[in-house]
Amino acid sequence: MLRGTLSASSSWWTRPWYRRPVKASKTIGPVGTLVRFFALLLLGIFFGLPLVWLILAPTKTDVQLTQNFPLSVGSLAKIGEDWPNLLSFDNGVIVQWSINSVLYAVATLILALAVVLPAGYALATSRPKGRNIILSLTLVTMLLPISALVLPLFLEMNLVQLVNTPWSVILPTAFFPFGVYLAFIYYAVSLPKDLLAAARIDGANEWQLFWNIGLPLSRPLLGLLVFLNFTATWNNYFLPFVMLQDTSVYNLPVGLQALIAGTTALHPGTSTNIPIHRAELALAGVIMVLPVAIVFLFSQRFVTSGALTGSIKD
Amino acid sequence: MNTPIASPAMTSAVSKGKIKSRWRRLFPTAADVFVLPYVLFLLAFGILPGLFALGLSFASFANGTPQYFAAGLQNYVTAFRDFRFGTAFVNVFQFLIISVPFGVIGVTAIALLLHVRTGWFSHAMRTIYFLPGAVAGPPVVLLTLFMCDPQVSPFRGLFSIFHMQQMIDVIQPDHLPLLFTLMGFFVGAGGWIAILYGGLQGISSDLLEAAKIDGANAWQTALLIKLPLIWRYVIYMFILTFAGNVQIFTEPQIVSANFSYIGISTISPTWSPNQLSYYFAFSLGNFGAAAALSLLMVAIGLIGATLIIRVTGFFSTDATAD
Repeated sequence: MLRGTLSASSSWWTRPWYRRPVKASKTIGPVGTLVRFFALLLLGIFFGLPLVWLILAPTKTDVQLTQNFPLSVGSLAKIGEDWPNLLSFDNGVIVQWSINSVLYAVATLILALAVVLPAGYALATSRPKGRNIILSLTLVTMLLPISALVLPLFLEMNLVQLVNTPWSVILPTAFFPFGVYLAFIYYAVSLPKDLLAAARIDGANEWQLFWNIGLPLSRPLLGLLVFLNFTATWNNYFLPFVMLQDTSVYNLPVGLQALIAGTTALHPGTSTNIPIHRAELALAGVIMVLPVAIVFLFSQRFVTSGALTGSIKD
Repeated sequence: MNTPIASPAMTSAVSKGKIKSRWRRLFPTAADVFVLPYVLFLLAFGILPGLFALGLSFASFANGTPQYFAAGLQNYVTAFRDFRFGTAFVNVFQFLIISVPFGVIGVTAIALLLHVRTGWFSHAMRTIYFLPGAVAGPPVVLLTLFMCDPQVSPFRGLFSIFHMQQMIDVIQPDHLPLLFTLMGFFVGAGGWIAILYGGLQGISSDLLEAAKIDGANAWQTALLIKLPLIWRYVIYMFILTFAGNVQIFTEPQIVSANFSYIGISTISPTWSPNQLSYYFAFSLGNFGAAAALSLLMVAIGLIGATLIIRVTGFFSTDATAD
């Protein structure tokens, strides 16, 4: 049950991350404070150090990587050498993978939003036919791990001969039941009902209500949906791996796997003509991770907001 | 009852009033039309794949084309009696028995520890824990392979304690459940910590203040007051982690693709159940057995989803317009 109403202008989902509802407790003592500090710091090293290492790796040669201090900085010029080397893999196919990744992510996002927003809005503000069964199926499918349906989806796409086309990846990922649920909750709780009723009295139809009132008041919802959908699509591996066979239609995750498996960068000692070493692989990793990392840097508030557990707090 | 409030949005809405009648003539109700595209997606990519797989799981492919219901239970027998089936489930079981408790207890402990004080340090650490979520998928495997290479790893000191000098000393079949656990924790813990932290922030400050006045120390407050209040979040995390981890595919797939030819330690291409169904479909061309096995995985996922809805009560369809 959802109780309470919120005006859409209030900043749930967008309130400051550092809001402090509880004052700093003084019940921990000096020893406890130190232990806590070092425990959290150690964890910070576990989570942070690999990322720092990855960003620095493309600046170093293989010799520097193995012999220097792990967090030493090489030279920026080295990145300039890594890039042409990376392009030597399969005639620069990594550029194509990057373009594909962007295309798949953007197409999926637009399609998903176009489907999710009106559906969530209608489920929240009116009673479309089959509303209860639609909501129940939404709950179940949104909590079903995506990997579970990959093989069945392949079999289906194979039947309609869409395998190995971008659609085989875009269409299934544009099915975004969690998004519909979030939109449904958002509109049910935060749309000012009086405003909708008033506009109806003035003769506005449902489409106009959605377009002129629902959508303009959806900004926090949009941020959350974009974050969830974009990161899921960008990092998607299992589905594209199964659906896409030609290297030219790969997205970056599948391409990165092909790059890892297709070169001997991680197996020094095995000789090869391909000039792809650890630094080049790390650069490919950075290229793939950077867009999502930037999104992540600004999106923690969406996760702390409680939206992912179906709750809405003021 | 309701006083109409004039707004720019509405004035433009009124001016477009004529379009309304056309819409009404064309469609039964606007709400149905709004929901229709989603219903099509729900059917096409949520329901049909499962039903189609169900059909295929009873189909015979003896003539090259599927003969529905010709195979009876044969595909299930083939899949479940395959010599790789047991190994794949033992592997994933070993992974689950480490990764689920490690993840659930670790995340809960970290969230509680962070929430002892909610200042800048807590916030900065939470952000650092959250960022690795960006490397989900193949990048985390690449990063783990680097981190597990004693020659380049910033954790090389740790490996020398265990006399591990090369990557193949670290990437051993026995170590995989632990390695996949660490990968999963590295990528996923931050997101869950943020969710639990959100739950902790929802606890009334009066309650925590009262506990403090009653003389509860931070330890008691965390275990006796905060933990019971975020228990539903922990259950949610437990079920979703379990149901998600059973489906593991990316990590073993990339590790096995990268190490299958090394010769020293062969890592099976059918390490996990999802890899096995992939193998049935693409290496053995047995779509019937692949469908049968993938349905088992769907069933496990469905049980998890149902449990979350029933047990946590987080997700409800009760939010109505009025």
